Amino acid sequence: MKERLSVAFVAERQIPPAPPPAKTGGVVGWLRENLFSGIFNTVATLLSFAFVAYVLASVVPWLFLDSVWNASSLQECRKIDDGACLAVINERFLQFVFGFYPDGLRWRPVLAFALMFIAIWPALFASAPRKLLIFTGLYPLLAYWLIWGGSFWGPVGVLAGPVLGWACVRWLPGLMRGWLDERLVFLAAVGVGLLATVLWWLFGVTVFDDTLSAVLAVDLDSVESARLGGFLLSTIIGVSGIVGSLPVGIVLALGRQSNLLIIKACCVGFIEFIRGVPLITLLFVAWLLLAYFLPPGTEFDLILRVVIMVTAFASAYMAEVIRGGLAALPVGQYEAADSLGLDYWKSMQLIILPQALKVSIPGIVNTFIGLFKDTTLVIVIGLLDPVGLLQPIRADQNWNGIVWELYGFIALFFFIFCFAMSRYSMHLERNLDVGHR
Amino acid sequence: MSMTGQPPVEAFRVSQLLYDTRYRSYTIQVFALAAIMLAFAWAVDNAVQNLEALGKDIDFGFIFETSAYDINQHLIDYDSTSSHGRAAIVGILNTILVAVLGCIAATAIGILAGVLRLSGNWIVARLMTVYIEAFRNIPVLIWILFTVAIVNEVLPGVRSFRGPEGMSGLFFDSVFITNRGFYIPAPIFEAGSAVVGAMLVLTIAAAWYFGRWARVRQAATGQILPVFQIRLAILVLPVLVAFFAMGSPISLEIPALKGFNFKGGIYMRDSLIGLWLALSVYTGAFIAEIVRAGILAVSKGQTEAAYALGLRPGRTMSLVVLPQALRVIVPPLISQFLNLTKNSSLAIAVGYMDATGTLGGITLNQTGREMECILLLMAFYLTASLTISAGMNAYNRRVRLKER
Repeated sequence: MKERLSVAFVAERQIPPAPPPAKTGGVVGWLRENLFSGIFNTVATLLSFAFVAYVLASVVPWLFLDSVWNASSLQECRKIDDGACLAVINERFLQFVFGFYPDGLRWRPVLAFALMFIAIWPALFASAPRKLLIFTGLYPLLAYWLIWGGSFWGPVGVLAGPVLGWACVRWLPGLMRGWLDERLVFLAAVGVGLLATVLWWLFGVTVFDDTLSAVLAVDLDSVESARLGGFLLSTIIGVSGIVGSLPVGIVLALGRQSNLLIIKACCVGFIEFIRGVPLITLLFVAWLLLAYFLPPGTEFDLILRVVIMVTAFASAYMAEVIRGGLAALPVGQYEAADSLGLDYWKSMQLIILPQALKVSIPGIVNTFIGLFKDTTLVIVIGLLDPVGLLQPIRADQNWNGIVWELYGFIALFFFIFCFAMSRYSMHLERNLDVGHR
Repeated sequence: MSMTGQPPVEAFRVSQLLYDTRYRSYTIQVFALAAIMLAFAWAVDNAVQNLEALGKDIDFGFIFETSAYDINQHLIDYDSTSSHGRAAIVGILNTILVAVLGCIAATAIGILAGVLRLSGNWIVARLMTVYIEAFRNIPVLIWILFTVAIVNEVLPGVRSFRGPEGMSGLFFDSVFITNRGFYIPAPIFEAGSAVVGAMLVLTIAAAWYFGRWARVRQAATGQILPVFQIRLAILVLPVLVAFFAMGSPISLEIPALKGFNFKGGIYMRDSLIGLWLALSVYTGAFIAEIVRAGILAVSKGQTEAAYALGLRPGRTMSLVVLPQALRVIVPPLISQFLNLTKNSSLAIAVGYMDATGTLGGITLNQTGREMECILLLMAFYLTASLTISAGMNAYNRRVRLKER
């Protein structure tokens, strides 16, 4: 055996590493692997390139090289050049943004929009100062006041309701302790607090508003809902729907998971009903029927009704998404929370929901995106969101016959917002992923 | 003394309703039920008062009254002397038509795009990503309006097909794609076509039975028959024989340009075409993502194991990967079908007369019975959705992984 292993078979020096064959490395290798591997792929690649080239060749000159930005009518556009007539967007841009919001007051929605970013900052990024959450809580009323105007004391009065209720819960137990069963005191305080809040909203707010306005009037010119439109309207409906649907959806999902039969049945019924009908029919309800179910003579703003319905709609979908997250958690998590002695709400708040919500982030953001896209449906009940503004613009003699520029512009707006949301959700997923799996 | 005795039976105290979790749930439920019923009663009472103040009542009698409006696309006999109820059925059939067409097209588009997005070809995968992102991030209403605009503005007018130097239709001058919609040949059934139809049903049953028999035989003997070819023969030959034996009872009526419009054949209106294309391409983008997720959900080990067993790639796909991927794909796919059906109510924006357009549109406006119309409309969509999701749940139970 030893003889057969001759020295001649042992390498005496190391062969220097050779570069990979030209066909498999570098640009050529990448091309071969990803674009031209086999006949079918080659044909597909060539066809795709031809398609891209064709689209670019028709869109780029139309949109960039030959487009007209300054003209006062379509005829004038066509005279200048044969590309896109972007002058219509140039001229109607403010209308697309604000609808028919009065000219001089447009700083108000702009301010509300800017403040919105400050308000959502602490909600979206953990690095923001926590004190800002107070501002976030106050923001909805502030935004309402800025956009719709009216007396400043109205929103303050509305806010005073919960404050009153909280005060009852905080201090009433101390007062009642002497003459009521110890264990009922807290419950009674909560009941009184709730009652006080509702009564205040029903009767107190108007008096409060009138009194304070008489003393010191802080007014903004009020703007009626019919003048709101364009992206402003989409944003109002979309953002309020998003903000409202998450908590309602969480409650519904918990209700559907709960073992309290009646509560579960109600939640299931609500969710399945809402998911079973198209949003349009719910908008019809908001438009035509909701007023029937309120006390006679109740005046109720159409946009507010739409917001309520859109929120209800989105929250049913949200509930299903969150239920998926709850179901994805191992039973051990629930059992561990129970064995620590946490009660239901504590275990949900500290153990279950943080994990379930994290798992369902992609679904939640998809629901947000769907909701924001669905705000366009309000045109069927006559609200003038961007799509609704197309009609008046096309009816204008100057712009009669313009099509693609307008659709493209609106589509771009929605694309930017929805795409940004989906990217943010990916970022969030990566950040929150602690690598359990 | 005895440590293992029965726990002491406590007398029930009222405070247990509040502090004992065993009883507290009843308290909560009773209160919740009371609150919900109160809210309902309040809403209904308000509705009664409001309706009384307006001098209205709840009455579904309008269903049998004359509708007095025309519907431009009706799959069953309908004219303006028909009843509102019939108008609603026409609308419902139109909804079902666009939904079924849309579901078929969306599935085809979605599977294609989903598979192509996973392809190793860089540019094809990128193009599919662009398609999917564009459609998922832009509202379907804009796509519907956009597609109808494409049909109306870009496609050639009916006039351009006129005369000897005019354009000719597709497929041997039988399909005409115009800005008013598509004109396609219509089948005409004459006497004897029932025999052909019956033969078709028979052959389908026979082919299905043959497939089962071949599988049983393969399991018993190990021999594989050329199932596909034999099935094709079973399907086609008897039908052809019956067709010619009965003297070609089924023929095609080809649309022809007469006067200002095409006559004959089937006319697919521009709004139907636009709605159909937009809904199917839009939903296709969502289905593509579902298909992709389904395929990615089957672990690579499954494919490798199949290869190790010596299965060819095609059989690996059909016997190993697809059955597992379908379990992941089908439930969200069905919910996309539901979404498509619900989105088809946007037809109202382009003048396609679906259930929302008739029952929730013109009938509502003419009779002024909002409450009844919207209730009926919701009932229709709700029934459709709940039926389909009941079917889906049954399917889910059937294919669920049997875990220990």
